[in-house]
Amino acid sequence: MSNLFNRDIISIKDLSSGDIDLILSESEKLIDVAEGNRKLNYLSGRILATAFFEPSTRTRLSFETAMHRLGGSVIGFAESKSTSTSKGETLADTIRVLSTYSDAIVIRHPNEGSARLAADYSDKPVINAGDGASQHPTQTLLDLFTIKREFGKLENLKVGIIGDLKYGRTVHSLSYALSMFGIEILLSSPSSLTMPPDVMEYCKTKTKINDVKLDYLIEEADVVYVTRIQKERFPDEEEYQSVSGSYKITRSHLIKAKSHMIIMHPLPRVDEISTDVDNTLHARYFRQSFYGVPVRMAILNIVLGGDVDG
Amino acid sequence: MDNEHFKVTPIKNGTVIDHIPAGNAFRILKIIGIDEDCKSTVSILINVPSRQLGSKDIIKIEDRELDDNELNKIALMASDATINIIRDKNVYEKKKVSLPDELTGIIRCQNTNCISNKKDEKMLPHIIVETRSPLRVKCHYCDRTIINPQDAILF
Repeated sequence: MSNLFNRDIISIKDLSSGDIDLILSESEKLIDVAEGNRKLNYLSGRILATAFFEPSTRTRLSFETAMHRLGGSVIGFAESKSTSTSKGETLADTIRVLSTYSDAIVIRHPNEGSARLAADYSDKPVINAGDGASQHPTQTLLDLFTIKREFGKLENLKVGIIGDLKYGRTVHSLSYALSMFGIEILLSSPSSLTMPPDVMEYCKTKTKINDVKLDYLIEEADVVYVTRIQKERFPDEEEYQSVSGSYKITRSHLIKAKSHMIIMHPLPRVDEISTDVDNTLHARYFRQSFYGVPVRMAILNIVLGGDVDG
Repeated sequence: MDNEHFKVTPIKNGTVIDHIPAGNAFRILKIIGIDEDCKSTVSILINVPSRQLGSKDIIKIEDRELDDNELNKIALMASDATINIIRDKNVYEKKKVSLPDELTGIIRCQNTNCISNKKDEKMLPHIIVETRSPLRVKCHYCDRTIINPQDAILF
């Protein structure tokens, strides 16, 4: 049994590089099941609770698909209005109850630290599907899986990250993970949305990480990871308006890019990648989005103690 | 605690907090909740010459023995402080303060969007001590480092 059995996955920093390697190799084995070409019942009779206090399309539906593809069932809610939290119930109480109904809980919540709180009160494993601007570890795992599928390795690559580095939780988790594998990180963002000092400090102890100009990043990187400016994370409208639409990757930006360079995006996209990029050889964001299913299948299967060897 | 200080203001029962870095006595009084409503007699000595610290502050509180939670709070401000519990004018117990690995309900997370700052959750903040010198702590929930933790102490 893996040491991830029955474990919470709250932050990518909770995982060792060995844990990540295991999840990625198990994900690889489940691709044909994720595509619907093979059926498995590893999690038959098991129930996943999805507690989404904030809107989500890809993350929630890919977790649900992952559970169904492995023969399990799903209960849950997709907005807090339909739960007792709207009557004043605390998150701790909601989680205590959900943990008695299910075998694992996936939580998304607008407040940072909410997933850790949930894990403190749940008898069952808790998987963080995004807590405020903090962490989104399963997105990071599918990002790593995408890179590994494309390049066959994680080592000796340069990853450029563009966009809202201050509030974007996916880029915080991703930077921690990339640095864990010694992958060089190039950053480009509006000056008011730079990477938080905590994240920079951690990454600098493990890899090279530098702010660079956008054009240089696109020329140098093997992977260009673009993020959306998330209106919902800004404390005030004025701050959001000052940076909204401040960068956009178009086909003309890609002239000097390496031929093997891939563009990733956690989606949803607004206007930070022009649609004329979608049909280039560089675009991988829709494939990346699909990889959420096999990766979340692997995570659920390992955490719930399904058949790891497949 | 040397005898000279007992000669100045000996107390019969209570607590003497010694080896407070000079200038911190009033902050420590605030942390342990000694204010104008306090009924105990409290003596404060400021800038007392000290071989160990150069100069130090001393607090003497009559008829009150501090509990472990209060000692933890003092450790945040004065990691080398010593606590003397006095009973019948004698030092009954001498303790060094020590900062535990985790503290609950003492330091607030500075991230306003952290779940621990949401009143509806009716919860106490919980911090992890990462290093003691220099003092570096982070929020157990949102993982953020707390800058100048002494300024985030709950009173």
